Amino acid sequence: MGLQGITYLVVGITFALYIGIAIWARAGSTKEFYVAGGGVHPVLNGMATGADWMSAASFISMAGLIAGMGYGGALFLMGWTGGYVLLAMLLAPYLRKFGKFTVPQFFGTRYYSKGASTVAVLCLLMASITYIIGQMTGVGVAFSRFLGVSNSTGIYIGMAIVFMYAVFGGMKGITYTQVAQYCVLILAYTVPAIFISMHLTGNPIPQLGLGSDMVGSNISLLHKLDMIVQDLGFPQYTTSTRISTLNMFVYTVSLMIGTAGLPHVIVRFFTVPKVKDARSSAGWALVFIAILYTTAPAVAAMARMNLHKTINTAVMSGGDVFAPDASLVYEERPDWMKRWEVTGLLKFEDKNGDGRIQYYNDTNKDPQFQAKVAAAGWKGSELNVNRDIMVLANPEIALLPNWVIALVAAGGLAAALSTAAGLLLAISSAISHDLLKEKFMPDLSEKGELMAGKIAMACSIVVAGILGLHPPGFAAGTVAIAFGLAASSIFPALMMGIFSKTMNKQGAMAGMIAGIGITMFYVFAHKGIFFVKGTEFVDALGGPNFFLGIEPNAFGTIGAIVNFIVAFAVKNMTAPVPDDIADMVEQVRIPRGSKAVDGSH
Amino acid sequence: MTTDGVAYWKAVLALIRNVLIVWFIVSYGFGILLAPMLNNIHLGGYPLGFWFAQQGSMYIFVALIFIYAKKMGKIDQKFDVHED
Repeated sequence: MGLQGITYLVVGITFALYIGIAIWARAGSTKEFYVAGGGVHPVLNGMATGADWMSAASFISMAGLIAGMGYGGALFLMGWTGGYVLLAMLLAPYLRKFGKFTVPQFFGTRYYSKGASTVAVLCLLMASITYIIGQMTGVGVAFSRFLGVSNSTGIYIGMAIVFMYAVFGGMKGITYTQVAQYCVLILAYTVPAIFISMHLTGNPIPQLGLGSDMVGSNISLLHKLDMIVQDLGFPQYTTSTRISTLNMFVYTVSLMIGTAGLPHVIVRFFTVPKVKDARSSAGWALVFIAILYTTAPAVAAMARMNLHKTINTAVMSGGDVFAPDASLVYEERPDWMKRWEVTGLLKFEDKNGDGRIQYYNDTNKDPQFQAKVAAAGWKGSELNVNRDIMVLANPEIALLPNWVIALVAAGGLAAALSTAAGLLLAISSAISHDLLKEKFMPDLSEKGELMAGKIAMACSIVVAGILGLHPPGFAAGTVAIAFGLAASSIFPALMMGIFSKTMNKQGAMAGMIAGIGITMFYVFAHKGIFFVKGTEFVDALGGPNFFLGIEPNAFGTIGAIVNFIVAFAVKNMTAPVPDDIADMVEQVRIPRGSKAVDGSH
Repeated sequence: MTTDGVAYWKAVLALIRNVLIVWFIVSYGFGILLAPMLNNIHLGGYPLGFWFAQQGSMYIFVALIFIYAKKMGKIDQKFDVHED
């Protein structure tokens, strides 16, 4: 059986498994559907949260971005794990004690107004839709490779399948299906990493392999990689920061507090049986997330090394990378390159007409390096590798067995579909319930609410898909923007709702609007108004990253600071919080007396 | 708030503060601000600053959550506000 056949087979088996478990579990109990994790062992609950959390951005995109960024890629690693510490200590136990189902419901009660909950819904919608755009980018990559079609066709097919998956719906809420998805996902991620680590360093554990010596030498892998990339004019792998230390710092902060502000993560902690469980379940979730996240740097570094090794035969021996016959002859390129060329995500352009592929950093301004490039007759880097393909292509680049390549495809599809579908469900309930029913049409029937939810889901998938065709960045970068939006709006308001007894509704609302407003302004200046290409206006403001050299993906931190400042300023100018709200905040701080979650779902 | 309640909240905030200090030092401290300096030290094949940024901080995050959960359980017991 060929690669394509095995891929269909493995993907088919995994999906049959999810659906089978869904049917089995649904027959077992319907309560399970609503109270995710009720009565489920915390360890399994942690796995399910892990599957929920790790999306196309984590699985497909992140390691590829790290491979390109080197050390600076750590901002994704620390940012998307460190937030769980904040979540476990600052939010989860108190939100659990509060006993509401959704974030807007919390805002409505704590800030005693429908206005506050409406503002929160709008912020959540903005963040969630941006998040889905990133997911659709990843879905497009996975489907285009899986079906051997162009990237845009992949996105169209992905849109249709995600829609069906989300409407089919309930599957998402069943913990055991997610446990199965986690298992597929983590196997798909770690198995190739183990193979490659074993092959390069002789150590089967990728986390240790990354810190080991190369097979048959006493040079460490990272040191070797540093030399390779520098030979080709790229910045040193282990020290290259993301733009600047300040930018890397605020980028990491933005992802961390965004994690603690995104609804689809927080919601899981609302429904654990006890306050005590809310604390430790964040820990278990992080254990299972960390298995992938600590493997990712090894995947990144090793994929980068294997890519250079494939294109330029001189890099491993430390020979002359500029020698004419060191570069790969295009006609002799390996099959994986041909397969990815079909998708349009890998492109070769023979700039100097020698029939060979030169892949190096053509933006390097170092005169010595430029002299060598000129002497070799290189006319610019000829290979364009979309970073989002690195993880999926990784096992192919390393020439691993076909079943491993197929497994990775299955894992990528599971990651992309599950999170995209989950977000769509969150969006549809936010629009149909929190916005329409609670605010504008209180007499909406249950049937009408369901219909409105489906229409909302269809609309957001079309919007996200179209914007995903010309995404504002790589999948993980776009998702980072979504985190920035959540960081600048939801996180500060939640924090103040729990830790300040005096924060009033005016302060919270003004803070959220100011925080997300300034963040959206900065992002849209760079990426186009509502991410529509051609509407960027950053040049009118002083060029890219005009504020202290901070990139738009990292701006959520600045938005959060603005949020806090505006909130406290407005609070001091307006009527104080009613006494019963202050009492309620005191009650929330103590675990005793927690009751089962109430409120409508 | 009763005196006990005030003391309880104080104990909780102190724990959160301590955990956050460690959380900050390993990630933003060792992983970002001090990374160039720490990179002169090696942990196996890893430069130490790079290791904290791409490996170490994540292990410590996991440990921190469990330590926090355990200590909170003790504080809850001590002030008798735990769930049954």
